[in-house]
Amino acid sequence: MFAELLQYMLSGLTIGAIYALAGLGFSIIYNASHVINFAQGEFIMIGGMASATLTASGVPLPLAILIGCGGAMLVGVLVAKFAVERARNASTVTLIIITIGASIFLRGVAELVWGKDFKRLDAFSGETPIQFLGASMQPQSLWVVGTAAVLIVAIGLFFNRTLTGKAILATSHNRLAAQLVGIDVKRVVLASFALSAALGAIGGAVVAPITFSYTEMGIMLGLKGFTAAVLGGLGHGPGAVAGGLIVGVAEALGAGYISSAYKDAVAFVIILAVLLFMPNGLFGKRGTERV
Amino acid sequence: MNALLHGRLTGLLALGAVIAVLPAFLPNNFYLDIAILAGFNAVVCVGLNLLIGYAGQISLGHAGFFGIGAYASGVLVGVYGWPPILALLTGAVVVGLLAFLVAKPILRLKGHYLAMATLGIGIIVSIVLRTESGLTGGPDGMMVEPFKIFGFELYGEKVWYWVVGVLLIGVVWLSLNLIDSPMGRALRAVHGSEVAAEVVGVDTARFKVLVFVVSAVFASVAGSLFAHYAGLITPAKADFFKSIELVTMVVFGGMASTFGAVVGAVVLTLLPQALTVFQDYQQIVLGGILMATMVFMPKGLLPTLAALLPARRRA
Repeated sequence: MFAELLQYMLSGLTIGAIYALAGLGFSIIYNASHVINFAQGEFIMIGGMASATLTASGVPLPLAILIGCGGAMLVGVLVAKFAVERARNASTVTLIIITIGASIFLRGVAELVWGKDFKRLDAFSGETPIQFLGASMQPQSLWVVGTAAVLIVAIGLFFNRTLTGKAILATSHNRLAAQLVGIDVKRVVLASFALSAALGAIGGAVVAPITFSYTEMGIMLGLKGFTAAVLGGLGHGPGAVAGGLIVGVAEALGAGYISSAYKDAVAFVIILAVLLFMPNGLFGKRGTERV
Repeated sequence: MNALLHGRLTGLLALGAVIAVLPAFLPNNFYLDIAILAGFNAVVCVGLNLLIGYAGQISLGHAGFFGIGAYASGVLVGVYGWPPILALLTGAVVVGLLAFLVAKPILRLKGHYLAMATLGIGIIVSIVLRTESGLTGGPDGMMVEPFKIFGFELYGEKVWYWVVGVLLIGVVWLSLNLIDSPMGRALRAVHGSEVAAEVVGVDTARFKVLVFVVSAVFASVAGSLFAHYAGLITPAKADFFKSIELVTMVVFGGMASTFGAVVGAVVLTLLPQALTVFQDYQQIVLGGILMATMVFMPKGLLPTLAALLPARRRA
C-alpha cells in the first residue's frame, strides 16, 4: 500500500520537476514581456534531441548538453527578436499565435534535421534501481530532481542577487519606469527568452533517458508546463514550481489509481477546475488593468 | 473587394454566385470532394472568426467541438439508431451547453485564460475519443451511417456539395447579421477597448459568451455533417493540431473579416493538395504562415488586399 503510493509519488515528482522547469520558463517570459510562449516545449525538445544525437555521435555528455543548451538559447533569442519584438504592441491573441507558429515551425525543422525516430540517451549514472522504503527508483530520477532543484535555486538567486536579474524583475513590474531608469528593456526580453530556453533545454537533456527523445516530445511537456504556470498563478515563479510538482504528482496518482489511459488528461482537468473556481491560480494575485 | 467586405448583401450574393458556378469548373468528384472539405472548414472558420476577430479571444480547442459533433452523430446514429437530424441537434446542444458552462466564468477574465481552457477541453476530448474504443473505435476511428432525412438519403459528392454550400451561405448570413447587430457593434467595441466598452454600459462578458457558444455550435454542426459525408471519423479530426490548423485558416484569411475566414479556409485546404512537397514540410509551412502573417500582415490576406485596391485605383 504505502510502497505503491511512494512509488507513484516518486515518479510524479520526477516528471513534475520537468513541468516545474517548463512552468518557470513560461513565467519568466511572461513577466518580462507578457507573452505566453507556446514554444517553451520546443526548447525542451531541442535539449533532449541535441544531447541524444550528439552523444550518439561520440560527443561527451556534458559538452552535448552544453551545445543543446546554447542552441536552444540561440533559437529563443531569434524567436524573441524576429517574431515577438516585431509584434510588440500586438494583442494577446496575436502574440499567442506567433509563438504557436514558432513552435510548429521549430518542430518541422527538427523533423528535417533529426528525423521522426525515437532517440535513446543512456542514463547518466547507470540503470540499477535504488531501493527506498520498498519503492524502487531509477538513478536518473535523482538527476532530474537534483538538476531541477539546483536550477530553481540558481534562478531564485539570479533574480534576487544580480543586477541583470533585478533589471528583469523591474521590467516585469513596470516596463516604462524600468526604461526611464536606464534599463534596456529590449535586452531584458531577449535575456528572458534565452534564460527560459536554457531551463527548458537542460530539463530536456536530463529527462531524455527516461522519456526517450523525439521531435514531438515537447508538445505535452510544454503544455503541461503551461498548466503548471497557470496553476501557480502566471508570472509567479515559486507558484509555477509548486504547480509543476502538483501536476506531476496528480498525474502519477491518476495513472496509478484511476486509469493510465487518462494520464495526460489529469493536468487539463485540474487546470479547468482551477480556472472555473479560482481563476488567479493557487498563488496568483488578482489582476487589475490600467486603462 | 470593398463591396465584399462592407456590403452585406453584395458579399453574400458574390459568395452564392461562386458556389453556384464552381461545380461547372470542377472536372470530377475528386475536386468536388476538396471543395466540400474546404466548405466544412469554412463553416467552422466563420464561427471561429467571430470569436478571434470580433471578441478578441482565441480558442485552441475548436477541433474538440467539431469532434464532439462528429462523434455524437457517429455514435448516436450508428450504435443507438437515432435519426441523424436528432443526433446532430443533440451534439449541437451538448457543445453549446459545454461552451456556455466553461465560458461564463472564464470570459470574465482577461487575455489568455480562454486559450488555456479551450486547449484543455480539446485535449481531454481527443483523449476520451482515443480511449473509449468500445463506443468510438479508438485511434482507428469509426464508420458513420449515411445521413437520412424524411426517407431521403444524402449520398455522393454532388448532393453534399450543395448541402455544404447552402450551410456555408447560411452560416455567413448569420455571422454578418450578428456583426451588424447592435450586439456586434458592441463586440467591436470590446475588441477596441474592453474597459471603454464597459464604461459606456456594454456587458462585454455576456457578448463574448454568446459569440463563443455560437462559434462552438457551428463547429459541432459542421462536425456532425462531415461525419455523415466522410463515412469515417478518427480522433485526429478532434486533436490539438486540427485546432491550430483552424486558427491558422482564420488568421491567414483575415481576422475580423467573415469572407476572409472563408478565403483562408479554402486556400489552406487547397494548399496541401496543390503542393505535394507540403507533406514533408507541412509543419514548417503551417508554422511559417502563422508567424509571417502575424508579423507582416497582421490583418490577414483579404483585408490587406482590400486595403491595397483603392490605393491603386487612385493612382
